Amino acid sequence: MAQPIIDLQGVNKWYGEFHVLRNINLTVARGERIVICGPSGSGKSTMIRCINRLEEHQKGHIIVDGTELTNDLKNIDAIRREVGMVFQHFNLFPHLTVLENLTLGPIWVLKQPKAEAEAAAMKYLERVRIPEQAKKYPGQLSGGQQQRVAIARALAGSPKLLLADEPTGNLDTQMARAVMQLLEDIHRDGATIVMVTHDPELAARAQRNVHVIDGQIVDVGEAPRLHMNVSRLSA
Amino acid sequence: MASVTEALPPPNPQSGPLAWLRERLFSSPLNAILTMLSVWLLLMVLPPLVEWALIRANFTAETSAECRAGAGACWAFIAQKYRLILFGLYPFDEQWRPLVAALILIGMIVASCLPAMWKPRLILLWVAGLVAVAVLMWGGILGLRYVEDTLWGGLPLTLILATFGIAVAFPFGLVLALGRRSKMPAIKTLCVLYIELIRGVPLISMLFMSSVMLPLFLPEGFSIDKLLRAQIAIILFAAAYIAEVVRGGLQAIPKGQYEGADSLGLNYAQKMGFIILPQALKVVIPPMVSLFIAVFKDTSLVVIIGIYDLMQSTKVSLTDPAWRGFSIEAYIFVSAIYFIFCFSMSKYSKALEDRLATGHKR
Repeated sequence: MAQPIIDLQGVNKWYGEFHVLRNINLTVARGERIVICGPSGSGKSTMIRCINRLEEHQKGHIIVDGTELTNDLKNIDAIRREVGMVFQHFNLFPHLTVLENLTLGPIWVLKQPKAEAEAAAMKYLERVRIPEQAKKYPGQLSGGQQQRVAIARALAGSPKLLLADEPTGNLDTQMARAVMQLLEDIHRDGATIVMVTHDPELAARAQRNVHVIDGQIVDVGEAPRLHMNVSRLSA
Repeated sequence: MASVTEALPPPNPQSGPLAWLRERLFSSPLNAILTMLSVWLLLMVLPPLVEWALIRANFTAETSAECRAGAGACWAFIAQKYRLILFGLYPFDEQWRPLVAALILIGMIVASCLPAMWKPRLILLWVAGLVAVAVLMWGGILGLRYVEDTLWGGLPLTLILATFGIAVAFPFGLVLALGRRSKMPAIKTLCVLYIELIRGVPLISMLFMSSVMLPLFLPEGFSIDKLLRAQIAIILFAAAYIAEVVRGGLQAIPKGQYEGADSLGLNYAQKMGFIILPQALKVVIPPMVSLFIAVFKDTSLVVIIGIYDLMQSTKVSLTDPAWRGFSIEAYIFVSAIYFIFCFSMSKYSKALEDRLATGHKR
């Protein structure tokens, strides 16, 4: 079996006395699109935020693309280069234009030449269908447009893995569907996506569902209704 | 079926002098009373002031007796003494040197304020400018007579103390602010101690300490120039306040901005330099400029260790027995100079805020 892109082995995390992640074991294969769902406060967000070290786990092993997350900054940097992230609140940089938001990572982290990074960024903006907004500031865009920019920004680093933490949580239903569709398209192009949501409709569209309750994975299963869709997508 | 409603003009005139008056000055009974009160106060104060300062003022008197004969302001005093006020005890024949030095400093500050100049070559400009200022003020080469810095004074001195005070204290304060938020206990404690210690002490006592106490701790035969000691005291003092202003800005930046930067893989310097500090500093422009204005004015406290800044040279100008009793004119003159500089800073900060506004933040 090929090396999994994410391998969580016995991961534990506490917030003070509160045991938020309890012995999490999970592997994600390359090219998968999985959804992590569960009630608020169940630890599902914390779990994916551990994958790119926005949160620190205290026990167990997290191995991303063959590199283990330790306190070694080199490993953390290496993993963050391979992992893109989309947030519920977009977290775009309001003082930079949309284009600058997209090129910042490629220029400074991947050391791409500016012109090359900008050309690539425009390609990603076309991919999320808002190339005409490149020179605007995030504050001038609607929520749905901002989330598209955020997705394009996460893709601009050409990550092997895309993490999405409630990407539709701040959007109305229509915009949420559009963003989901976009993520599905991106997955079809070959990306691995791990998404957190508590929206059952979105969860039902995933290839595989991971249910988290009280910091524990209670159920890993394929979303039955999606079987057909998946085979159609991969056909 | 809904009928179409044409766009109509608003019912009351929204522009024109009458609307302006009503909206700005008479919008409510209380405002109307306040307006009339203000007008009455102005009528009481302005005519005598104008009469004193302009109509009955003497601009050309040769002696103080001539001036005293009139009932108005004696601006002739300023005409007689402006060189002493502006340049202090600097040798009279050489006073073109501090004048040119002050103009160079002002020119460089203005240039640094223009966004078109925000390029690496600005640093070269500053290096060249500072060398020119140093050569002009000290002399000793290029055929210029050497002038000790104990003789420096007036406006150039105030500008030098304020410019270096702010320019050096600013990066120092940034580092302190970042240090205070550091996760490393040693660095954090050190920064907190420094900030709280300095903020707990008046600037005057720091200037005293720098001039009286510091030499006691230095090895025999080793001395630091008095002006430099005062400059260092001002820098150390300003840095602590700048650090706290910056910290306020850092706290206003949502956690998501840090996470966004982290998720892109930016390192600490990139995260702070590109994402956090630009936003944090934008938030604190108003208090930061207040602080800069305060530093500019606080340089006048160096008088207590015998440095002839603008304020002290003004006082000295009042001690001439031939021209006694014109302190009002002298202080109005020197206040006007302070005001021009401080008001320019204030106006510039407003322009900068407008320029950096990029829509509502998230």
